[in-house]
Amino acid sequence: MKLFPILGGIHPDYRKERTSEKAIVAMPMPATLYIPLQQHIGAPAEVLVAEGDLVRKGQMIARNQGTVSASQHAPTSGRIKAVTEVAAPHPSGLPQMTIVLESDGKDEWADLPEPIADPFTADMHTINDRVAQSGIVGMGGAAFPSAIKLNLGEQKKLEILLLNGAECEPYLTCDDRVMREYPDEIIDGARIMAHALGTPRIVIAIEQNKPQAIGIMTKAASAFPEIRVVGVPVQYPMGSERHLVQAITGRETPARKLTADLGVVVHNVSTTRAVHHAVRFGRPLVARVVTVSGGAIREPNNVLTPIGTLVSDLVEFCGGFAVRPESVVNGGPMMGQPLPSLDVPVVKGTSGILALTAEEINDSQTSSCIRCGNCVTVCPCGLSPIDMASFIRKDKLDGAAKLGVMDCFSCGSCSWVCPSHIPLVHYFNYAKGALNDLERERSKGDRVKIFVESRTVRLERAAEAKRATLAARKPASDNAAPGNAAEAKPAPTTEEKANA
Amino acid sequence: MSISIASIIKKSGPFAHSSNSVQKTMFTVLLALAPATVFNLYLFGWPAIMLFTVTVGSCVAIEAGCLALADRPVKAALGDYSAILTGWLMAMSLPPWAPWWIGVMAAVFAIALAKHSFGGIGQNVFNPAMVGRTVMLISFPVVMTAWVAPHPLFSAGAPGLMDAIAITFGGHMPDTVSAASALGYVKTELSRGIPVTESIAKVPDLMDMVLGYRAGSLGETSAVLILAGGLFLMFKRIISWHIPLSVMGGVFLMGAIFHAVDPARYASGMFHLVSGATFLGAFFIATDYVTSPVTKKGQLIFGLGCGVLIWLIRTFAGYPEGVAFAVLLMNGLAPIIDQYTRPRAFGRNSKGEPLPLVKEKP
Ligand code: SF4
Ligand code: SF4
Repeated sequence: MKLFPILGGIHPDYRKERTSEKAIVAMPMPATLYIPLQQHIGAPAEVLVAEGDLVRKGQMIARNQGTVSASQHAPTSGRIKAVTEVAAPHPSGLPQMTIVLESDGKDEWADLPEPIADPFTADMHTINDRVAQSGIVGMGGAAFPSAIKLNLGEQKKLEILLLNGAECEPYLTCDDRVMREYPDEIIDGARIMAHALGTPRIVIAIEQNKPQAIGIMTKAASAFPEIRVVGVPVQYPMGSERHLVQAITGRETPARKLTADLGVVVHNVSTTRAVHHAVRFGRPLVARVVTVSGGAIREPNNVLTPIGTLVSDLVEFCGGFAVRPESVVNGGPMMGQPLPSLDVPVVKGTSGILALTAEEINDSQTSSCIRCGNCVTVCPCGLSPIDMASFIRKDKLDGAAKLGVMDCFSCGSCSWVCPSHIPLVHYFNYAKGALNDLERERSKGDRVKIFVESRTVRLERAAEAKRATLAARKPASDNAAPGNAAEAKPAPTTEEKANA
Repeated sequence: MSISIASIIKKSGPFAHSSNSVQKTMFTVLLALAPATVFNLYLFGWPAIMLFTVTVGSCVAIEAGCLALADRPVKAALGDYSAILTGWLMAMSLPPWAPWWIGVMAAVFAIALAKHSFGGIGQNVFNPAMVGRTVMLISFPVVMTAWVAPHPLFSAGAPGLMDAIAITFGGHMPDTVSAASALGYVKTELSRGIPVTESIAKVPDLMDMVLGYRAGSLGETSAVLILAGGLFLMFKRIISWHIPLSVMGGVFLMGAIFHAVDPARYASGMFHLVSGATFLGAFFIATDYVTSPVTKKGQLIFGLGCGVLIWLIRTFAGYPEGVAFAVLLMNGLAPIIDQYTRPRAFGRNSKGEPLPLVKEKP
């Protein structure tokens, strides 16, 4: 299959060999699980249980609410200890509503929904509903509710379901292992999703540094002519949706559009496997494979981890720390988030827990920009990090916005390459946050302005109407009055609009 | 607001970094320059070694002084090797037997004026080494064009240590040894009405020039070793091919075209390519990060501009060599070139508007 080049990119030290040959192991059920109501992009789920309730494994304990949201299920059987605020696995460490579940050690399944007998004749809604019901979100890290992405088939004519097995982040091997150990489950899930989406073709893209996965997946797919397994070049960030689509189809997704507008929907391989479980067995998403690695971890491994397991329990399962880590990261080293502490739960989007040493991070004192241009060369989005950063440093956010800082997806390539160790991504994250806030302020301000203006107009018109009425009393200006009075009427309508 | 940047500094990635650093980059450039430098110091003997030491030493001392004045950490900043590199490149562009004060004054102009008055490393618009050299050339044209023929260390007739001290620190330039550089010679002859075809026949043949056995500054001789150093930098990915190739292409093409039109008036493209500081300029001077454009497209325009200007100055201006002037002129244009050669953002056209959605079968 002909591949197309993507812009920029880097070749970091992958360090995947530490866990790539380690078969997935299930960790013993922790005594207590912490299931946050929001583990995904969108609105938090609505709690269905209360303190003291007994639940069984797979039972829905929080329901999705609003258009973009995902349900949560009990990862094991036990008793609800509390529904309370617990630190979230986010750099801020801010508390989040979380269901605390005490395991009863039995790990008893609840009555699960019936398997969908023949998913390939089922209509798309049946499948989408099942995916939504099973709380499945994108497992590559973005954690976008999968059912919503599956609904795209309804609105758009789609051509390709692209399975993302690139796993371009260093260290991470969870997708690699899942592909090597459960190829048939992935393929089955992919075929079900392709059916729901209405895509005639499935392409499975895997970076060429995973030859075994490519081999195994190719073999598993050989029975299905609509599936192609493609080895893509090892180039970070190949796993970015838009870039992967470009590598496979040669087409560039326009800004502010979705890859689906080009007829391509991208799903992570592990997500696909979760869909297989949901459709074939009625099993919701209650555990995931997490790569635990980094120089500070004693026994790096790929661990099947119940959702809600505390990072500290997971780390302990992997032998604890050999040395003190400089940072513990949720996700890969390039785009992952630093954890504020180990007392936060593993969530559906947690692909890796990395305990990194200072040498691995290789951070250093920031020095002046020497204009080497490396950041410009490597930016996969065609941006000029050096120029955006200099605007942001002077607090000229508009200038940075004009250069496209909002298009930056914080892939980290520019920071990685900068010889002066300038924290470019930090600048861009800051600018994006501040610009979003400004935007929100502005639209609020606009609303207030419209309101004030319409009020002024209304008052003016009322005054005018009054004058007109007064004038109408004078027989001399009879003909002017009705017109004025009529004009005064639309004013309230304007105000209504402003309030809407 | 800048405080809010600081507060998130430790909160986002990446948690990995390439192994490169400013220090490593500069050090690699020094490494790439080393073979040519050593060979040429050998070729021009003790006086050259002394001038080289004085020039580099002054640059480092002045850098330290400027940093201290600006209240910046001296030790950390000196560790980036940038002052050494400036001094080194500048020493390579001076006549090897020039007196010590040339090196010191050039260092003052390069480091204090061209670099620190702009705000230090990364802030300067003009290449410091070339500013230093050019100010000296304009101020002291006689001293700055006093070339000598090679006098390899320990060879017969080469100045000993004592003679060298007299030459470098005493200003006793022996008359007998002076020689013209090839570019200078051809130019002077042309001004006397002697066609280029004839005068070139008298300069060492191209092969000798390539190997470096000829008069000139340290960096002008020995094109082969400079070229090897440049290729090493490309191999190490410190520089890309864009600037060197476009500089050389510009010089060569202009030379070749005009030579084809009037061989008696214009030297050949090959002559321009291997003579003077073309290679040094193309690989080591025009490629200076700080003073060249950051985008590849910009670098091509910049390099081509340098190449064409080098040829123009050599051919029509009063000076036989034009690398320094050409690079400085293009340095001044680099910020504008940068502004007009920004890459196109993913999913947008060159104006920054979202690309249209073309319906086509993927
Ligand atoms: S973090 Fe943003 S600016 Fe930097 S390379 Fe990635 S997309 Fe480009
Ligand atoms: S990589 Fe760093 S030093 Fe190089 S131009 Fe970009 S910001 Fe400047």
